[in-house]
Amino acid sequence: MPYLMRRVLVLLLTGWAALTINFVLPRLMPGNPAEVMLARFQGRLSPRALAALTVEFGVHTHQSLLTQYVVYWGHMLTGNFGLSLTYYPASVGQMVAQAFPWTLGLVGISTLIAFVLGTGIGIAAAWRHGSRLDGVLLPVSLLLSAMPYFWFALLILYVFGFVLGWFPVGGGLNLAHRVGGFAGLGTVVDHAILPAATITITAAGGWVLTMRNNMVAILGADFVKFARAKGLADRTVEIRYAARNAILPSFTGFAMAIGFVVGGALLTEIVFSYPGLGYLLYEAVLNLDYPLMQAIFLFISLAVLVANFLADLAYILLDPRVRAVGRP
Amino acid sequence: MTLRAFLANRRAMAGAAILVVFALLATLAPFLAPYSPTNINFPPMLGPSSAHLLGTTANGQDVLSQLIWGSRDTLLVGLLTATIISGIQLAVGIFGGYVGGWVDEVLSMLTNIFLVMPGLPLMIIVAAYVTVKGTVPIIFVITITGWAWGARVLRSQTLTLRSQAFVEAAQLSGESRWRIVLTHIVPNMAGILVANFFGAALYAVLSEAGLEFLGLGNVNTVTWGTMLYWAENDEALLMGLWQWMVLPGLCIALLGTAFGLLNFAVDEVVNPRLRRT
Repeated sequence: MPYLMRRVLVLLLTGWAALTINFVLPRLMPGNPAEVMLARFQGRLSPRALAALTVEFGVHTHQSLLTQYVVYWGHMLTGNFGLSLTYYPASVGQMVAQAFPWTLGLVGISTLIAFVLGTGIGIAAAWRHGSRLDGVLLPVSLLLSAMPYFWFALLILYVFGFVLGWFPVGGGLNLAHRVGGFAGLGTVVDHAILPAATITITAAGGWVLTMRNNMVAILGADFVKFARAKGLADRTVEIRYAARNAILPSFTGFAMAIGFVVGGALLTEIVFSYPGLGYLLYEAVLNLDYPLMQAIFLFISLAVLVANFLADLAYILLDPRVRAVGRP
Repeated sequence: MTLRAFLANRRAMAGAAILVVFALLATLAPFLAPYSPTNINFPPMLGPSSAHLLGTTANGQDVLSQLIWGSRDTLLVGLLTATIISGIQLAVGIFGGYVGGWVDEVLSMLTNIFLVMPGLPLMIIVAAYVTVKGTVPIIFVITITGWAWGARVLRSQTLTLRSQAFVEAAQLSGESRWRIVLTHIVPNMAGILVANFFGAALYAVLSEAGLEFLGLGNVNTVTWGTMLYWAENDEALLMGLWQWMVLPGLCIALLGTAFGLLNFAVDEVVNPRLRRT
């Protein structure tokens, strides 16, 4: 099967699986937790909204599972995710649309910084592998990637937010002083620095390790030895020969990470009460707001799927070997 | 040979040493801990003193005793989950890779689906739906989100081994499929299996900590994750009880580093391309 077709098939199948998991989960759990939720909101929601929810979550409906499944698909395809129970009468779609830019800005930028920084350090460590620099960088990177990142977030929040008072201790921007223009942007940046530092520092370690190992393996290859033997400058061999070839697996990882950006920094957002999707999901879980949970999970999964698919496409451009495989 | 290289690897020994210390702490908890970790009869929010070396919590529990007892469940969940994950990886990866055909297609597709499922959000949602809180649901959610990556690695390794001359020779000499898998394929992947096991243990310990921190586990058990949950809920840092917040996290970080070091070192020993040239 050609590479591209295979990728499209994987995309469709995984998309179907994500949607189906979303449908099955609330129905699979013992004692249907959705019933508890409905009981809680009895009288607070309009009867029509309640009726819609019973169908959505399969609570005492007389419809068969298959009908419910079809109705569910209809809702998903038309982008009708229902009403949020916590933020009633706001719709789930509105809530997600509101939170998404925050997450994208914060996590997207910090993931990019972490990738560039970590990969750069990984190249340096691999080039001098076995040296003291490598010997120090490795355990440090391991420690950074093995650290519970929410714990790190709590510590820097305490030190730089409470003790030193350099940064605000939560939220996305200062609502008390609503200011526009550059001053407004300033408060947004101010609020983002600590969470961004958490994500960057804890994620960079992983990139260092991936890049270092790939590159050490590449450095042993004959073409690198040959490049050295013919007297090319060290810098040229390091960057143009070794790093260029070693970066492919890191790049795949980065594409995955971009997909996970949407839901990846959940705990950081929660610690800093950052108004992104992760925090919204947490609030939805605390309030048993199942429609909101469903929509956020769906949104996160689809983001990962699409990012992966795009990575696969980019791979065709980057790696000629992939192009060759699909051909007879 | 491999074992000697492993024993000479400083990173492996450092990881093993940390793990042994925590394992001793967990086994000897009843003898080492000065008090019961659930005893709430001490004055709350004490700073470090001779009676309570690490002070007490806001609920009047001894922090040191909690830290020592907490190693038990944390280590248990980490190792148990890693064992289950490794078992699934072995079964799915090797079976698919060796049998091939449509079985492999289906298993690969399944692996790919689980590979792109966002782990933490799925864990949080499943944990929120599960009404019984405790260790079993936590192990369950970590397992279903954590097995896919290793399964893919093992599958491609099996594919490589399957076409090797010694496996073909075994097939030609009429050995049964299972015998080939058990005596030729699995032993040749032992290194990767061990490295994957430690990788899974690291993933499990961090995921467990995250879930428990959010209060999605059983908050009445004593683990490092639930200690962090209570410390955060009772605003330990603002109350000046820094040791209550810092130490459980540090223990998780150290345990995670131990698993990471072992994973890295085993990889280095069995993969000749990573060795110093």
